[in-house]
Amino acid sequence: MTKMSEITVEDMVIDFPIGGSIFKKKYLRAANEVSLTLRAGEALAIVGESGSGKSTCARAICRISPPTSGRITVDGVEITAPDFKMCQREYAAKVQMIFQDPFGSLNPVHTIRHHMARPVRIHNPHLTATEVDALIISTLERVGLSPAQQTAEKYPYELSGGQRQRVAIARAVAVGAQFILADEPISMLDVSIRLGILNLMDDMKKDGIGFMYITHDIATARYFAERTAVMYVGHMVEWGNSDSVTQTPRHPYTQLLISAVPEAGVRETRDVMAPKADIPQRTPESCGCPFAARCLQVTDICKTIMPPVTQLEEDHYVRCHIYSERHHNV
Amino acid sequence: MTDTMIDRSVPLLSCRSVCIDYVTAAGNARACNKMSLDIYPGETVGLAGESGCGKSTLAFAITRMHNPPALISEGEILFEGRDVLRMDEDALRRFRWAETAMVFQSAMNALNPVITIGAQLIDVILAHQDVSYDGAYSRGEELLETVGISKSRMSSYPHQLSGGMRQRVVIAIALVLRPKLIVMDEPTTALDVVVEREIMDELYDLKDKYGFAILFISHDLGLMGEICDRIGIMYAGNLIEMGAARQVLEAPQHPYTAGLVSSFPSIHGPKERLFGIPGNPVNLLNLPTGCNFQDRCSKCVATCKLHDPILQQVGTAPPHFAACHLTSAREEIAL
Repeated sequence: MTKMSEITVEDMVIDFPIGGSIFKKKYLRAANEVSLTLRAGEALAIVGESGSGKSTCARAICRISPPTSGRITVDGVEITAPDFKMCQREYAAKVQMIFQDPFGSLNPVHTIRHHMARPVRIHNPHLTATEVDALIISTLERVGLSPAQQTAEKYPYELSGGQRQRVAIARAVAVGAQFILADEPISMLDVSIRLGILNLMDDMKKDGIGFMYITHDIATARYFAERTAVMYVGHMVEWGNSDSVTQTPRHPYTQLLISAVPEAGVRETRDVMAPKADIPQRTPESCGCPFAARCLQVTDICKTIMPPVTQLEEDHYVRCHIYSERHHNV
Repeated sequence: MTDTMIDRSVPLLSCRSVCIDYVTAAGNARACNKMSLDIYPGETVGLAGESGCGKSTLAFAITRMHNPPALISEGEILFEGRDVLRMDEDALRRFRWAETAMVFQSAMNALNPVITIGAQLIDVILAHQDVSYDGAYSRGEELLETVGISKSRMSSYPHQLSGGMRQRVVIAIALVLRPKLIVMDEPTTALDVVVEREIMDELYDLKDKYGFAILFISHDLGLMGEICDRIGIMYAGNLIEMGAARQVLEAPQHPYTAGLVSSFPSIHGPKERLFGIPGNPVNLLNLPTGCNFQDRCSKCVATCKLHDPILQQVGTAPPHFAACHLTSAREEIAL
């Protein structure tokens, strides 16, 4: 497997054990029937509130935690199959993750050079010291950390949050990542430098790197990603082309999410908000639409039957009974 | 929320050239440099800027909650004409909470995890008012209901509540003594947008009911544009622009404000490549001569590297101030 062009997730379910007895274990359903595709040179944004299962999906794609059921395939090869023998190290070199907190993801007692050299050596044991060095310098230049020679000798505390996040991106790129799963990469950074990081990742798409951009900020999702998927309590409720999803949101949750985005001067009147309700905890036994408890357009069918996927446009899908055939027949 | 509704004759809070230094071994870092700010009764004033620009430092100093190494080296802070910096311990104790309350950034850390929220509410009432325990308890229940939490939650511990509910409890505690000013330091930063929207709407209903003024500190300009009457922008300890919310966001006069405004991708507007602000924030221990923003500014000219820009009026109706050599030069030509 040299060049990856597509990672496909089909019907992925992830359950976490949450106590119970040894005879009857209890589970929490963190992700339910998630299907998505990451393509080289493109970004897919996963938008949702805390606890909606965004990071859980990324961890499964990274093979950090295995899915309970479902398939993850890379260019047609199923990596979740029991007979799949590719070693984790080889896979990890291609699929890298960037974390939210650049202050916690770098070791304070090591230089940037150390942080860069270690993964490069682990993944490319055949490289000589000069080759490793050249790769480090060129990658640091590429992410905008010039002069790279000086930056390489610095310790994390000498860098700002934005520069640290650039180091995290450089580290992923240096080992040859073809897919980068970025888990809220800009939410801990200062507003003035967030855009710089987004633009850097945008430029990397041109080099064929595919991104999964996890965020709770739907405005940046539209800015950076070609496609957007909105998640609610472990379910993908609406997905497709970013512009279709953000400009003509169809699922009541997406509509709620977009109406809540603060934007100066745009909102003159207060929109109708969804009734306040606690976000439900989903178990394998739960049925019906996860958003039913908060939805203003809820009907009886929503409480009992999980809505099927409906295609609205060429690249715009929604999971809601309002748009399903079945609903119109009832 | 409109400008005409606010009585601008006597300021509620008036900061006059306040300087706050952090005394460190490497030298004094000036987190607030000659900050002057008036807040009128019932007004919402926003302070925006990136981390380390001194906005939270100022918020703490208003109620003198700053701790060493922070030190107020110059200026005065007047609340209804009384100098906060000269109050003795007793007067300060009565002033805090009863007249100026504070809502902190992280509601997760602001509540004591081992005491019920009811006890934390009652504690404030009993400490400041001469009421019986039962009276305080029913007042606590009433307050929880005003922020949209069932009174049965009085006996809950903070960990049993969601982040949004905890933030509501913190707001309820701030409102206990009906303060005239509430200082909110990034009250909704850690929350999801939908929850943030609910809390802000509720806060505004409460503001209409009780008529308090708000000093709102955040970096989210979109949210500020919606709720604030006036917005001040801070950079490296200096107030660099101040004016009516709409004017600051729609016609920013300082290049930093313009950069900050264009750092937020829009959800509705046209999709275009934005550039934000290049470079990194300055180190307060090593400030350049002249304008602090010179290294990151695309419009920097020779004067910017020599002289400090002064906050000057650049617009009259409503008053708009900016501290930039370019805008002041333009004003001079216009005059």
